[in-house]
Amino acid sequence: MATVLTINGETKSFDAPPEMPLLWVLRDILGMTGTKFGCGIAQCGACTVHVDGKAVRSCVLPVSAVANRAVTTIEHVGGTPSGAKVQKAWLDAEVIQCGYCQSGQIMSAAALLVSTPNPDDADIDAAMAGNICRCGTYVRIREAIKQAANGRQS
Amino acid sequence: MFTDKNLPNVSRRALLTGGLATGFLLAFHLPLRAAANEPEQKDTTDGRFAPNAFIRIDETGRTVLMMPQVEMGQGVYTSIAMILAEELDADWAKVEVQHAPPNDKLYANPVFGLQATGGSTSIRAWWKPLRAAGASARAMLVQAAAAQWQVDPASCTASKGEVVHAASSRKIGYGELALAAQGQTPPKDVAVKDPKDFVIIGQPLKRLDTPDKVNGKVVYGIDAILPNMKIAVIANCPVFGGKVGKVDDTGAMKVAGVRKIVVLEDTVAVIGDHTWAAQKGLEALKIEWNEGPNAKISTKDIWQDLRAASEKDGAIAKSVGDIAKGLASGDRFEASFELPFLAHASMEPINATVHVRPDACEIWTGTQIMTRVQAEAAKAAGVPVDKVIVNQHLLGGGFGRKLEPDMVVAAVKIAKQVDYPVKVIWTREEDIQHDVYRPVYRDQVTATLVDGKVSAWKYKIAGSAVIARWLPPAFQKGIDIDAVDAAADMPYDFPNFQVEYVRAEPPAVPTGFWRGVGPNNNVFAFECAMDELARKAGKDPVEFRRAHLTKNPRALAVLNLVAEKSGWGERLPPRVGRGVCVQPSFASYLATVVEAEIDDIGEIVLRRITSVIDTGIAVNPDTVKAQIEGGLIFGLTAALYGEITIDKGRVQQSNFHDYRMMRINETPKIEVIVVKSGEAPGGIGEAGVNAGPPALRNAIYAATGVALRRLPIDRKLLAAGRKA
Ligand code: FES
Ligand code: FES
Repeated sequence: MATVLTINGETKSFDAPPEMPLLWVLRDILGMTGTKFGCGIAQCGACTVHVDGKAVRSCVLPVSAVANRAVTTIEHVGGTPSGAKVQKAWLDAEVIQCGYCQSGQIMSAAALLVSTPNPDDADIDAAMAGNICRCGTYVRIREAIKQAANGRQS
Repeated sequence: MFTDKNLPNVSRRALLTGGLATGFLLAFHLPLRAAANEPEQKDTTDGRFAPNAFIRIDETGRTVLMMPQVEMGQGVYTSIAMILAEELDADWAKVEVQHAPPNDKLYANPVFGLQATGGSTSIRAWWKPLRAAGASARAMLVQAAAAQWQVDPASCTASKGEVVHAASSRKIGYGELALAAQGQTPPKDVAVKDPKDFVIIGQPLKRLDTPDKVNGKVVYGIDAILPNMKIAVIANCPVFGGKVGKVDDTGAMKVAGVRKIVVLEDTVAVIGDHTWAAQKGLEALKIEWNEGPNAKISTKDIWQDLRAASEKDGAIAKSVGDIAKGLASGDRFEASFELPFLAHASMEPINATVHVRPDACEIWTGTQIMTRVQAEAAKAAGVPVDKVIVNQHLLGGGFGRKLEPDMVVAAVKIAKQVDYPVKVIWTREEDIQHDVYRPVYRDQVTATLVDGKVSAWKYKIAGSAVIARWLPPAFQKGIDIDAVDAAADMPYDFPNFQVEYVRAEPPAVPTGFWRGVGPNNNVFAFECAMDELARKAGKDPVEFRRAHLTKNPRALAVLNLVAEKSGWGERLPPRVGRGVCVQPSFASYLATVVEAEIDDIGEIVLRRITSVIDTGIAVNPDTVKAQIEGGLIFGLTAALYGEITIDKGRVQQSNFHDYRMMRINETPKIEVIVVKSGEAPGGIGEAGVNAGPPALRNAIYAATGVALRRLPIDRKLLAAGRKA
């Protein structure tokens, strides 16, 4: 039976086992490779997407759990106000190195700004601690989130 | 001058005189060049103006620069483009970069004689050849314009992609000149710019690769999608060197979406319609392994062997003064420092996509060694090298893991069994458990103090010789030039000084380059020992180092500045300490102060890090900063958590829960200061990695009195109330 999902505002219909993680549906079935595989066990955050606006790890999220819910991925997060601000701040602060973790970082940061529009360091650390960056861009992530929140250069 | 024939001369000169002054690089270079083929320089396959292998300008002025080094996050595409664009006087807004194809004749890294990206060599190796390439191309464009205007080329200038004749107020764009410039003869002995005239080099320009990295558009190797492609997940034999015994695929073949099971000598692959099917198939597979002779090895035994080996005399890498005499008198200090196996854990898990066709083999991946991948794939596929097409991608981290071709070779063997393209993805568990590990090292310092200064310093490194495997011609006289790097040319002036190396290979465990390479172990050992010697001499650690930096003004300058910027000497609360590290590595000078607090149970809180770097001319100072910031985190991650252990021939760690990474909540404020310098550029991708562990260890020493001699840091030794 076809699974129907709303992803980035579009309805997608496809065949997949219900327990298949959303990550692999996105990447291997829908060809949306912006969402990354990093660990597969909810340890690194590379696979972060939004489900109803909340940041979740798609590598451990069965696709059946998101039927009838709104999924947003990195490909479309720039269409949301917080996502656009985060993307811009990421480039202004030149956060990115290899970039592989950054889809997940940006998704987590965009969700944070919706729930906490003016996060302090502790809010940022709490919200972003699930996202590993092997290149070590954390200092700039903090700075960019603050810039995105209030436009100030820290 | 820069023509087809004389690039090797240019680059040899660069190596012998310029920024590549370290022993490591000279030694790397010398045995290789002689064997290298005469490079053919021109490649006019595309672009209207293609004066050399690096520059293509079409009639619209679009300027495509070919990247001989790979981008894995270190910002090298931008920096290399900046060097070329500077001397070319290109319009930066029109610059695009492209991966160069695999071709050692055109794109070999002059340091390695091989198209490889590693050892923080990119900018050092290419600084002179690329400046010459850009300047020569600019001269040809100027000649073309001057000929058209019938004026003396010397009366013309170039700027932002245009040639200008000020006397007659004429200007013309490079695009319009492309065709005519292609017919020009490259000038002899073209001059490069005086650094004071740089308009691009030295600017914190925005990176060219990052805009596509904020919106999911960037395509890494793991993102390759091809028509009819299937996905494979693999299980390598859990024991090093073991083989596949029996495979029962009854259950696996029943999993929906599983297409085929491929059994190789030491690996089993399940090919499926998607990763999930392949993973489920792999779980359902019953594999019996022939574990072979290595099923008994353990890190415990490896350490025992290494400790024994390190007691032997080593090959002498450097000797100054009279070490025996120097050690015979004075206040004696002896210590050994031990460093564990480490995995690379680049964020993008290991992967390679391969399509083996009857007459060719096509590869999609991100590698640090394009030509070696091509050659090894040709062997595995059984096709000629020129029938192997390598589609290079941006790398989601490399750190040295992708200086190895093993993942591509295995993928070719798998793809050979089917007629469609296969993307082979390693799970994180396979990635951690089948890495090519940073070797274990044991480094011994024996030193004497006379009148509060070091009189003799004997230093012996014992560990795997990665060079002997990876670049055999560079392994000479029993010395691994990487393993001794930054030790043989350490910054301090000691009257009697000797560096030795003992090659000690762990059984069965593959060892390779890991970000920071040889200097990681040496900077750690000598900077820890310097702190202990300072205490023995009753001196402040910064003061003690200054007294020994009498012949190294660049190292002294960064040390002085970091002391000032970090608040060195200011009072701190109990169980808070500052630790310093000074190092010359990769022809850059870095001084770092880490401030850390050690709580009562021995947990460590990083409070603040200050680093000052003199990397010579900083091509892109913001990239330099970013690399030091990231490098520090990379090194500190290893100091805090990094250790791969082996039991029964198997790696015991498997994923980020037990092979931990530092996270944002553990990251302190980091201030990096890039000092202005007119020296030739040094390397920056790895220097920060070297600095973090010794600076943190010395901060712990200052805070608790505990002199740690081993990484990762053992918190049990740091609990309050324990005797130092
Ligand atoms: S891949 Fe999902 S958290 Fe790592
Ligand atoms: S930018 Fe490379 S892992 Fe974060």
